[in-house]
Amino acid sequence: MAQIVIASDLGSGRVVFLAKGEKADEVAWRGLIENAEVADDEARANELLALAEADANARHEVVDPYLIDVREEGGVLRPTKYREAIRCLGPTIRQDLGKQAEGAEA
Amino acid sequence: MALLELGAEGPRAAADGFLRVDDETPLPPEGAVIVSLGRFQAERDALLVRDGELGVWLDSDESPKDLADSLGQLALVACNFPAFNDGRAFSYARLLRERYGYVGQIRAIGEVLLEQISFMVRSGFDAFEIDDPKALDEFARVCEEVRVVYQPTGDGQETALQRRLGR
Amino acid sequence: MYRYDEHDHALVQDRVAQFRRQVERRMKGEITEDQFRPLRLMNGLYLQLHAYMLRVAIPYGTLDSRQMRKLAHIARRYDKGYGHFTTRQNLQYNWPKLEETPDILAELAEVEMHAIQTSGNCIRNVTSDQYAGAAKGEVEDPRVWCEIARQWSTLHPEFSFLPRKFKIAITGCEDDRAAVKVHDIGMIMKRGRAGEVGFEVIVGGGLGRTPFVGKAIRDFLPKEDFLSYLEAILRVYNQLGRRDNKYKARIKVTLHETGQEEFTRLVEEEWAEIKDSTLKLPKEEVDRIAKHFEPPAFRSLAEASPATDARAAADPAFAAWMRHNVHEHKAAGYAIANISLKPMGEAPGDATAEQMDVMADLADEFSFSELRVTHAQNIVLPHVEQDRLPELFDRLLEAELASANLGLLSDIICCPGLDYCALANARSIPIATQLTERFTPEKQEEVGDLQIKISGCINACGHHHVGHIGILGVDRKGEEHYQVQIGGSASEEAALGKILGRGFSADQVVDVVDKIIETYLELREDGEEFIETYRRVGQDPFKERVYGTA
Repeated sequence: MAQIVIASDLGSGRVVFLAKGEKADEVAWRGLIENAEVADDEARANELLALAEADANARHEVVDPYLIDVREEGGVLRPTKYREAIRCLGPTIRQDLGKQAEGAEA
Repeated sequence: MALLELGAEGPRAAADGFLRVDDETPLPPEGAVIVSLGRFQAERDALLVRDGELGVWLDSDESPKDLADSLGQLALVACNFPAFNDGRAFSYARLLRERYGYVGQIRAIGEVLLEQISFMVRSGFDAFEIDDPKALDEFARVCEEVRVVYQPTGDGQETALQRRLGR
Repeated sequence: MYRYDEHDHALVQDRVAQFRRQVERRMKGEITEDQFRPLRLMNGLYLQLHAYMLRVAIPYGTLDSRQMRKLAHIARRYDKGYGHFTTRQNLQYNWPKLEETPDILAELAEVEMHAIQTSGNCIRNVTSDQYAGAAKGEVEDPRVWCEIARQWSTLHPEFSFLPRKFKIAITGCEDDRAAVKVHDIGMIMKRGRAGEVGFEVIVGGGLGRTPFVGKAIRDFLPKEDFLSYLEAILRVYNQLGRRDNKYKARIKVTLHETGQEEFTRLVEEEWAEIKDSTLKLPKEEVDRIAKHFEPPAFRSLAEASPATDARAAADPAFAAWMRHNVHEHKAAGYAIANISLKPMGEAPGDATAEQMDVMADLADEFSFSELRVTHAQNIVLPHVEQDRLPELFDRLLEAELASANLGLLSDIICCPGLDYCALANARSIPIATQLTERFTPEKQEEVGDLQIKISGCINACGHHHVGHIGILGVDRKGEEHYQVQIGGSASEEAALGKILGRGFSADQVVDVVDKIIETYLELREDGEEFIETYRRVGQDPFKERVYGTA
């Protein structure tokens, strides 16, 4: 099962995804799921989560990082749980708000 | 863990004159000690004749009601915050000061946050075991930051109502 | 309505500065999220699915046009152009940024508003009857006491770290529009034996995981003892309430586990110690606050308005709006006008910034600049001249705020649910919008008074336990699933609904509600409302129809 790390940006509260940073042990936080670093196994997933938590404590840019399951559908990364899918896109009753309005693919 | 005491001149870092002794450890022959409520109740007579000041610490599920008769002989009551959001001791401190008229030190121990200090002071605490390195510098500020209080407590601070009525 | 004096202003301004400092400490990493969370919650700031959510307090649901305009401005400037009115008469913004929240709070402070204690384990917004000071049958305006309680509870040093949140509601009349019986403390103003005014005190009501109707612990509390008695209840609760289990920490559980008699004894024992203390309210202060709630300068008008009646006779749309949205006023020639925020197909309780501005203007022009928020998530213009109702209706029509559905099945109480809320298990808003689209206005008329309430999780912010039809969204094996219950009521005859049976998928819910309604229409007698038919025939006919087990 593929997994990614999702969190909230401290200052804005917006959903962010853990992505590869410029250097090996660095992390970056990106706004769209397509840029998320995907872990294909549990070991790598735990590594990513540990990196995320360490970063959250050290740089205080994000809050509450956790792992979610994802799969690829038609070339697009999608969370398997509907709650996380809603986080990645925005409110289902307001297609004009949230990431779905900012370029995230539904 | 630093100890801050609040005196008439304001807060200051203090050396802790008391030794907290757990239930199993024998008491030192002299010197000020703090013991648990359970130990106090079990060894009351011995503790009271002992050479040295006596303090008792209450856990968050232990009410000062159980000490009411002995308060005159206690130099210190400490109230534990096992988690900062376990707010029972705010009531305990008020009861100690306002119901039982306790005049000794009321010390906050456990998880004590700088941002709670103003509430603690208003409730009757006058000493704080606190981890935060900024605590002493920020103490006065957190207490005075909100200039108006609505509720009367034992701290005697003038409330908005008293100001309105010119009392 | 209440106007801040210099002390009230100072407190709110200082609080903003304090929060600004706390935010800075957090942004610099000087305090951790665990340490910061209770501080941000005490300023009404949640972290939700998409963004932070800021809950602005609208004390006892009363605000003026200036304040409504500020809410509109904040929606435009700091949010995405809209806000959501809640079941506790507050307003929620769904997209504020933490780093901008101190500025939002500073702007609110300019118009005597704040977000203090709208979250966290402390005393929350004291809510009230949305028709206070306007409806007939009121003993006295309860908002005087709501304001007194508001000040007493604000930054209370002893009660800021309670076992759990604490909600108080006060009503001034027997018709309970404030759901006082499902609050931690509910108070009903009444007359004592000598005709003096006081309070019945009800404790331990609440919804959520373990719903309870509150118990009266004191039949009559004199006014001067109002604060000392509240303090006694809170002090007993603060010490006794469970700290080991979040789901058993509300006072309703404390009272249940302690027993009503013993709990009452503890409160009365504590109260005996403090009733003559500094908490005894001086008449001067009560009078000072009461002055702010004196009725506006009503004109001397005739009881009825022939012109308005004529318009109603000629215009069915206006007549429908009069029938449902307009309520009798205590002053001759006046009326209470409700503005429904439940248009067909839209999220219940939401208003755009433009609509907020329109409502502010209408308040200025028609209602002495005053508005109310109801716990059913609608808005009220409390003092409208009957003669001017047609004009008001036309203006509402222009602004698309004229839905004539107060109390009808499309006047749904609905929480934000999984579209917004991090606590939710299922979405609630799409269920609401589907329901409003399924039933035509004619059908809704035929059905009459029917309160549907929808919650997206067990926390019951949509009050589903006390809906005539209550719908609870749950997560069942990774799918959204809905439990339906019927027979609840938030009125003075408070009752908790009973679950009908096994739950339904999202696409089945509307059909289920349809079947319930059809059953009611077939069985009702003599103009019975839904809840009356239910009480007469019971659960079984509805169960049989819904599950096909007849």
